[in-house]
Amino acid sequence: MAEGENEVRWDGLCSRDSTTRETALENIRQIILRKTECLRPPYRPSDGLSNAVSLDGLNKLLAHLLMLSKRCPFEDVREKSEFILKSVQELGIRIPRPLGHGPSRFIPEKEILQVGSEDAQMHTLFADSFAALGRLDNITLVMVFHPQYLESFLKTQHYLLQMDGPLPLHYRHYIGIMAAARHQCSYLVNLHVNDFLHVGGDPKWLNGLENAPQKLQNLGELNKVLAHRPWLITKEHIEGLLKAEEHSWSLAELVHAVVLLTHYHSLASFTFGCGISPEIHCDGGHTFRPPSVSNYCFCDITNGNHSVDEMQVNSAGNVSVSDSFFEVEALMEKMRQLQECRDEEEASQEEMASRFEIEKRESMFVFSSDDEEATPARDVSRHFEDTSYGYKDFSRHGMHVPTFRVQDYCWEDHGYSLVNRLYPDVGQLIDEKFHIAYNLTYNTMAMHKDVDTSMLRRAIWNYIHCMFGIRYDDYDYGEINQLLDRSFKVYIKTVVCTPEKVTKRMYDSFWRQFKHSEKVHVNLLLIEARMQAELLYALRAITRYMT
Amino acid sequence: MEKMSRVTTALGGSVLTGRTMHCHLDAPANAISVCRDAAQVVVAGRSIFKIYAIEEEQFVEKLNLRVGRKPSLNLSCADVVWHQMDENLLATAATNGVVVTWNLGRPSRNKQDQLFTEHKRTVNKVCFHPTEAHVLLSGSQDGFMKCFDLRRKDSVSTFSGQSESVRDVQFSIRDYFTFASTFENGNVQLWDIRRPDRCERMFTAHNGPVFCCDWHPEDRGWLATGGRDKMVKVWDMTTHRAKEVHCVQTIASVARVKWRPECRHHLATCSMMVDHNIYVWDVRRPFVPAAMFEEHRDVTTGIAWRHPHDPSFLLSGSKDSTLCQHLFRDASQPVERANPEGLCYGLFGDLAFAAKESLVATESGRKPYTGDRRHPIFFKRKLDPAEPFAGLASSALSVFEMEPGSGSMSWFVDTAERYALAGRPLAELCDHNAKVARELGRNQVAQTWTMLRIIYCSPGLVPATNLNHSVGKGSSCGLPLMNSFNLKDMAPGLGSETRLDRSKGDTRSDTVLLDSSATLITNEDNEETEGSDVPADYLLGDVEGEEDELYLLDPEHAHSEEPEYVLPQEAFPLRHEIVDTPPGPEHLQDKADSPHVSGSEADAASLVPMDSSFSLISVSHALYDSRLPPDFFSALVCDMLRFYAEQGDVQMAVSVLIVLGERVRKDIDEQTQEHWYTSYIDLLQRFCLWNVSNQVVKLSTSRAISCLNQASTTLHVNCSHCKRPMSSRGWICDRCHRCASMCAVCHHVVKGLFVWCQGCSHGGHLQHIMKWLEGSSHCPAGCGHLCEYS
Repeated sequence: MAEGENEVRWDGLCSRDSTTRETALENIRQIILRKTECLRPPYRPSDGLSNAVSLDGLNKLLAHLLMLSKRCPFEDVREKSEFILKSVQELGIRIPRPLGHGPSRFIPEKEILQVGSEDAQMHTLFADSFAALGRLDNITLVMVFHPQYLESFLKTQHYLLQMDGPLPLHYRHYIGIMAAARHQCSYLVNLHVNDFLHVGGDPKWLNGLENAPQKLQNLGELNKVLAHRPWLITKEHIEGLLKAEEHSWSLAELVHAVVLLTHYHSLASFTFGCGISPEIHCDGGHTFRPPSVSNYCFCDITNGNHSVDEMQVNSAGNVSVSDSFFEVEALMEKMRQLQECRDEEEASQEEMASRFEIEKRESMFVFSSDDEEATPARDVSRHFEDTSYGYKDFSRHGMHVPTFRVQDYCWEDHGYSLVNRLYPDVGQLIDEKFHIAYNLTYNTMAMHKDVDTSMLRRAIWNYIHCMFGIRYDDYDYGEINQLLDRSFKVYIKTVVCTPEKVTKRMYDSFWRQFKHSEKVHVNLLLIEARMQAELLYALRAITRYMT
Repeated sequence: MEKMSRVTTALGGSVLTGRTMHCHLDAPANAISVCRDAAQVVVAGRSIFKIYAIEEEQFVEKLNLRVGRKPSLNLSCADVVWHQMDENLLATAATNGVVVTWNLGRPSRNKQDQLFTEHKRTVNKVCFHPTEAHVLLSGSQDGFMKCFDLRRKDSVSTFSGQSESVRDVQFSIRDYFTFASTFENGNVQLWDIRRPDRCERMFTAHNGPVFCCDWHPEDRGWLATGGRDKMVKVWDMTTHRAKEVHCVQTIASVARVKWRPECRHHLATCSMMVDHNIYVWDVRRPFVPAAMFEEHRDVTTGIAWRHPHDPSFLLSGSKDSTLCQHLFRDASQPVERANPEGLCYGLFGDLAFAAKESLVATESGRKPYTGDRRHPIFFKRKLDPAEPFAGLASSALSVFEMEPGSGSMSWFVDTAERYALAGRPLAELCDHNAKVARELGRNQVAQTWTMLRIIYCSPGLVPATNLNHSVGKGSSCGLPLMNSFNLKDMAPGLGSETRLDRSKGDTRSDTVLLDSSATLITNEDNEETEGSDVPADYLLGDVEGEEDELYLLDPEHAHSEEPEYVLPQEAFPLRHEIVDTPPGPEHLQDKADSPHVSGSEADAASLVPMDSSFSLISVSHALYDSRLPPDFFSALVCDMLRFYAEQGDVQMAVSVLIVLGERVRKDIDEQTQEHWYTSYIDLLQRFCLWNVSNQVVKLSTSRAISCLNQASTTLHVNCSHCKRPMSSRGWICDRCHRCASMCAVCHHVVKGLFVWCQGCSHGGHLQHIMKWLEGSSHCPAGCGHLCEYS
């Protein structure tokens, strides 16, 4: 009975109506006060256990409040939750404080849009996102650099997770967990573990894939191949999933699962690529320790970049301003040259073909020297098997995979039709998202305005596809070499193939003069190109299975 | 004939002949094009570029244009076109953005003529001017169209679509200066070749990319477009605004569209994904293709009519590396196979059904009673022979009238409401349901329940609750032959139970029979069956095995006796298609009461004594036997469920399925279960039995069903103050900012179940109101109303 009364309902806060929110907050305040009531001295030792339990419960509430006070798009909620926290603190109870430096570890908090200072369009986006999820996650806060994309992204994600689809809700979150776990992305795993439990998923499944239904276990193999070596997907994989007696997937379910898998693989790339911090209310996002104890947090240590380090980098950046200024200039000059001399200098056919091969081969060797192991905060490894299976470069290991020619199987003509046939509307949504990501431009480059960046964007996009062996007949892969320098390639390669190895150093060392929003833009290109590449391979296999 | 002569003239004296044929290419084709003389076809693809001669019986490779040591991307063709004026002139569009022209008249082995490398992206389409010898048009992924004069080294003019990639360009056949282009964003543009600055006209034709277009060869205004949205649209361009005159919905995205020569309304399409067939549509009949060519095993990438004035030859190239010539007369015509049928319900439950006469005739000849027996509703059939139908010479219209009263489904409603499906031990559920069925006069069903109970519940319980004492005793005594009673023995002792015994006897035989033929008895037919007032056949579960051989000896014979008895009709439709007993089941029921006996029945009657003695033996055997595990019967039970479902009593099937749960579920495949569930739920909802249907949904184990409860769970409410819909939250109004539903007892907002008195419209939490009403019958809000809740 008491439990029921103390059940906190957060959903009232998602309302757009301020009175509702106020009522809900008042409710929460009362509950919290009641809870603190029983915690306060006189302390009875016999209650030790139950106290610990209720303290745990209270701490969760407080953490959630903390999140609200920072991240709720509604001002009244932010203020009020802060007020509640304060009043709790006055009662002598330790309250949590956020760890880290805002939504991203790579981007200084001041660069990122503060909740509360957004314009009307962004506010609508925030409110929508908040209403749907009950939170405003760090990914959203970073993506809001590009509201146009964010809108499409949120719409797609909402549709994939919450709207009509062949898979039950808890399956969807579980597949999300599986996909994120392949890249040891504890951030996404944490988020979706919560969501998974929220929609009624069986907590047992979270102990590892072997506890999930056979049907999901069967998907493990596809997940693995798709994440690391999508070019190895064959129609036999598909057949194995579709014809597994009572555990078989239907085509529609499979397409849904594939879309989810690719979505979360690439989202994991984004999470690492932009250094998304843990959510405030999740593990590792807050601490109850007073600030004096330590000045940096766990996740900073593991990545070797606590605040001091950041300062150094920043100062280093300042020193090399002139250096990097030339970088931008040089890049622009190259673009200009390419634009002009394209017609004059005509590379021979063999030349063109070999350029692709060279680029493909070279992309294998582009790898960061620092092979630090990031330690996942939550034990995510239990969500997948065969941890040793990672991105393997094809040619380096002697396997030669026939080049995937986009002219023979492309998203617009083939992939879209297939997805839309089997999972209506989603093809449309993803198609839109690809388009927005590919065509997004503000015609700026660092400090320059009115620049046609299409060439650069195309180079990035095609470079990523090139890493997956996807070739565009009508593209001169020599351009990539001209436009993308080595540190940038290292970053792209790492984000796309082994996102868990991205470090702040890598993030900082490419395109030093560019704005953070531009780097996030690059990330959007990366994740969409990656998603499309994976989808193309998976859908081609499905098509082959069907014919 | 006239057409033929035209063809002949066009061909310069030779008549086009040939047959349906195909030849294997070395590589997948991307496009094909036909020479003006209709005797040669060029096939182009990523790694193929060849010219084939079309001969009477086969394709003969004539020329391989892919020469040179190294494969070049310039030869990786996305499209190819043969000039319709000059037999020596070809143009290809390469995937790397190069436009190449070829001159077959060149003496050297390499026929490559000119190379235009102006496009930055893949060129999707090339098109020659229909009359001008030197004008070539190209459309590319980079969004530009270029017009080349083949006498010059570079393009004459460039047209910018100002939008996304160009997917197709086509010169108008009639208007010298006009061409149409289609775009990836769904637009179609019309251009004047003299004015490269802007297009003449632009409109959005499709949702998503427009992959192809084709001008009508005769009608100057008509343009057909095909898109990713699976539509083919025909536009009339002569009017001020492009008007959609026809629309054909296909099943996959449309990759190519080509008007059929000499057939004003016909066009051929092929698709880009999934579907491999080529269809020829009559645009006036957009739902069924006029013809269908099914030769290809992978997607068809190029289609071309062989001759511009001959409608019967179609050439096609495909990703499956074949080149085909299709003859129109060899095409499969879906229209022929389609059975035009119409079905409509009248206001009072009458049913009208129209179909081709031939269909109706054969159908009814074969199964005279199908319709009547399956449904609990009885139909009278009137045949209205001369019902005119457009295009169909003979069709029949049948009207089925409902007999007043017979359509009553009250038994269904009662059963649905009173059945217990869960929450109690299996035995109780079965008993309860049996009782319900019995009270509703559905003895057959009642017996089934009893049987299920016997099969699945522990043996000890059985005799105690059953009426049949004699057997009960038998089992307790366990004497081998103690109950080898026959008819006469029974009569004095049990009075009216002669009949019982008989029915028992035949149940026996029946079971055995069924067992041997692996089907199930029982039939939910709502009619009286006399044996059924006693659960006489509760024993049948025990007996089976050893009886088999006895009856297998003479299955014919066993079967023939069926009509004599009461129950046999059950098994009847299942095993035999009413072959030797022309009267329908209704007659059988009557017969039990009336002395009227048909010939075959008389025969059977003579067998009675022997039969009953068999059964008696079997009973005694049975009593010895230890119980068979319930698993043993699961096949039987499943068959029974199927039988019920087939009989139209899906209610029984689903109820049993739910009650038995895991015991039988695994033996019936998911799809069937799902099908039953959906039908039952649908029925329940038609009778407004929402609660029951919800219970069924909840109890179902099929995932597809249980998620029904998760779909559209939104409940829309209006604010009680301003009467506007409350969109964001159900309990607070966005407009008047008031909490709409306060509990009159606790004065808090009600967010879950809200009950209110319809008299004074005060209400609140269900629990609170219930508690309140225990103490007082006045309204808790203090309005003085004496609240009433139903």
